[in-house]
Amino acid sequence: MISRQTFSSTYKIVGRDYNKAGNVSIEVKEILRELGIDPVIIRRVAIAAYEAEMNIVMYADRGEMVLHLNPEMVRITLNDEGPGIEDIELAMQEGYSTATQEMREMGFGAGMGLPNIKKNTDLFELKSTVGKGTSYNIVFYLNPTREI
Amino acid sequence: MSQHFHSIRIETDRCDGQMKCLRSCPTQAIRIRNKKAVILEEKCIDCGECITACPNEAIVALTDPFGELNKFKHTVAIPSPALYAQFGRTILPDRILAGLKKLGFDDAFDLAITCGDTSLAIEQFLEEYKGPRPLISNTCPSVVRLIQVKYPQLVDHILPITGPKKLVAKHIKEVKSVELGLKPEEIGTFYITPCPVKMIAIKEPDIEDVCYLDGAISIADIYGPLLSALEDVDQGSYRKGLESICILGIGWAVAGGMHRTLKLENVLDVYGISEIIKTFDDIERGKLRNIDLVVPYSCPQGCVGGSLTVENRYISYNKILRLLETLERENIEACRDKREIRERYRQKYFHMQHKYEPRPIQALDRDLGKAIKKRKRKEKIYDSLPKIDCGICGAPTCLAFAEDVVKGDAKLSDCIFKIPQKYKKLIDELNSLLNGFVYITKEEEHNRRDNNIRKKS
Repeated sequence: MISRQTFSSTYKIVGRDYNKAGNVSIEVKEILRELGIDPVIIRRVAIAAYEAEMNIVMYADRGEMVLHLNPEMVRITLNDEGPGIEDIELAMQEGYSTATQEMREMGFGAGMGLPNIKKNTDLFELKSTVGKGTSYNIVFYLNPTREI
Repeated sequence: MSQHFHSIRIETDRCDGQMKCLRSCPTQAIRIRNKKAVILEEKCIDCGECITACPNEAIVALTDPFGELNKFKHTVAIPSPALYAQFGRTILPDRILAGLKKLGFDDAFDLAITCGDTSLAIEQFLEEYKGPRPLISNTCPSVVRLIQVKYPQLVDHILPITGPKKLVAKHIKEVKSVELGLKPEEIGTFYITPCPVKMIAIKEPDIEDVCYLDGAISIADIYGPLLSALEDVDQGSYRKGLESICILGIGWAVAGGMHRTLKLENVLDVYGISEIIKTFDDIERGKLRNIDLVVPYSCPQGCVGGSLTVENRYISYNKILRLLETLERENIEACRDKREIRERYRQKYFHMQHKYEPRPIQALDRDLGKAIKKRKRKEKIYDSLPKIDCGICGAPTCLAFAEDVVKGDAKLSDCIFKIPQKYKKLIDELNSLLNGFVYITKEEEHNRRDNNIRKKS
C-alpha cells in the first residue's frame, strides 16, 4: 500500500552544462503541481531544488537528483561527484561564496545558495568529502501537524 | 462548467478539425473531439493565438457589435493606444479621436493620458515597494490568467495597480453623469480593443472588481468604417497633433514603451507566451530577484500584435517608436501634472481594491495517494506512446494525451498507434510500404522479438 503511494524519480545533472541548468528543478515543480501539492510548498521546493541543482552544475562534474514523494513528505536527495565542500559550517554562512568571477557575472555567487536551501526546507542535511563529492538530503513535510 | 468568463468561442459549424489551433495553443487548452475543436476552460488564458491560427475563422472573439451604441443616451469611445498605431505615420491620435466621433460616438477619450498617469503611479509604487521581487505588470490580462493558472505561487508578484481602462471608464461615468444630468448606466463606455482578452476585464468583475466599461469593440471591426470616417476629418496641424500626445502613455501599445520615459532601470520587457513562460520559470526558481518589474505582453511586439489588429505588427510597432522618438526630440510632454498624480496616488486612487487569487489547474486527483498512482500510470502510458505528437488522438502532445487518459477524458485506443495485435499482419505490410513508420508499442515489440527467437530455435 505504502509503496504504491510513493513516487520517485531520478534525474541526471551534468556539471558545467549551463544550457540545461535548472531544467530538473522545473520538472520536479511540474510534477508537484500535477499532484496538487500546496503552491506555497511547491515554491519552497522549487527554490531549494534549483539552488542545489545549480551548485552541482557550477562546481561538480556530474550529479543526480532523486525526488521521493509520499502523502507525508517530499524528499529530495542529491549526490554529486566533485570537489566537495571543505568547511560546511563556513559554506552555510550567508554571503560566503567560492564562486568564480564568471559565475558571479551570471548572477550567482552571492553566497546565498546553501543558506537559501536551509531557509526553505524543514530538514536539510549536507555531507561532503573533499575531492569526492557532496550529498544533500532535503525534506519538506506536507502535513504541518506532523512537522515536529 | 467553468465559472470564469472566456472571451473566445468556437463556431462548431465552421470548424473542420484541422488542428492548427491545437498546435498553436501555448497552454495546451484545446482538444479535438469528434473532429471539432473544444476549449478546456480551466487551462485557457484567452490569449487569442488560436484565433490567428484558425484557417476557417471558426474561433471568434466575443467582442460587441457596433450596434450596441443606441442602447445608451451618451456614448464614449475609449481606444487602446494600439488603435493609433493602425494608421499611417501622419495620422495622429487627435485625428483618430475625431474620426471616432464622426462614426457615431458622442465623445472619444484619449486612454493614453490615463496610461501616462498610471505609469507615474507605477514608478511611485516601485520606489516604495519592499516585498518580493520582481513585480509583474498586470497590463496584459492573458499574463494575469497565465499566472493564476500555471504559476499560482506568483500571484503575490502581480503589480496591484488598477489598469487605466477601468480608471478612465469610472472617471467618464462620474463626470459625464453630473455634466449631462444622466444616470451612470445611461452612459455607454466602449473600449476599442486590439485583442479578445481585454473582454475579460469587462465581463468578469473578478479581475477588475467593479466594471465601468459597457463593451469592447474590436479594432478589426471598426477599422474599415473608421478609415472612411477619417477622410472627412480635417487634416489639422501636425505640430498640434503631436502636442496633444502623452509621451508616457502612448508607449503602452508596444513592448518596452510603458517605462521608456520613466527613470526605471531594472525593468524587463518580455513578449510572446513561450518567452513569458521561460521568464516565469526563472522567477519561480528565485532568479531575477534583482529585477524590479517584469512587463510581459502575450502578443509579439506588445498590444499592437493583438489578434484583433489590422496593420502588420512590426509596422505599428515602428510607428509608435518613431512617435516616441519625435516627442522626445521635440521635448513634448502632454501629460498631466505630476504633482497632481502624486497627490492622487497618496489618496490611493490607483491602488487595487482586491487581490488576485490563484486558480491552479486541477490536480490529477484530490487525494494525494491517488494522484501519485495516476501520475505513475501517466508515465507508463506516455512511455508506451510514439512521442511524435501527431495530434490525431485530439491532444496536442503524447504527454497531454497520457494525462487525458489518466483523468478519464480520453481512451487509450484513441491513439492510432495503439493498433491491436490482431492487425499485426497488416502492420507488417504497411511497414514495408512506409519504411517502418507505423509504431508498435514496446510490449508488442518484446512479444515479437520473443516470437522470432522462438521461431529460430
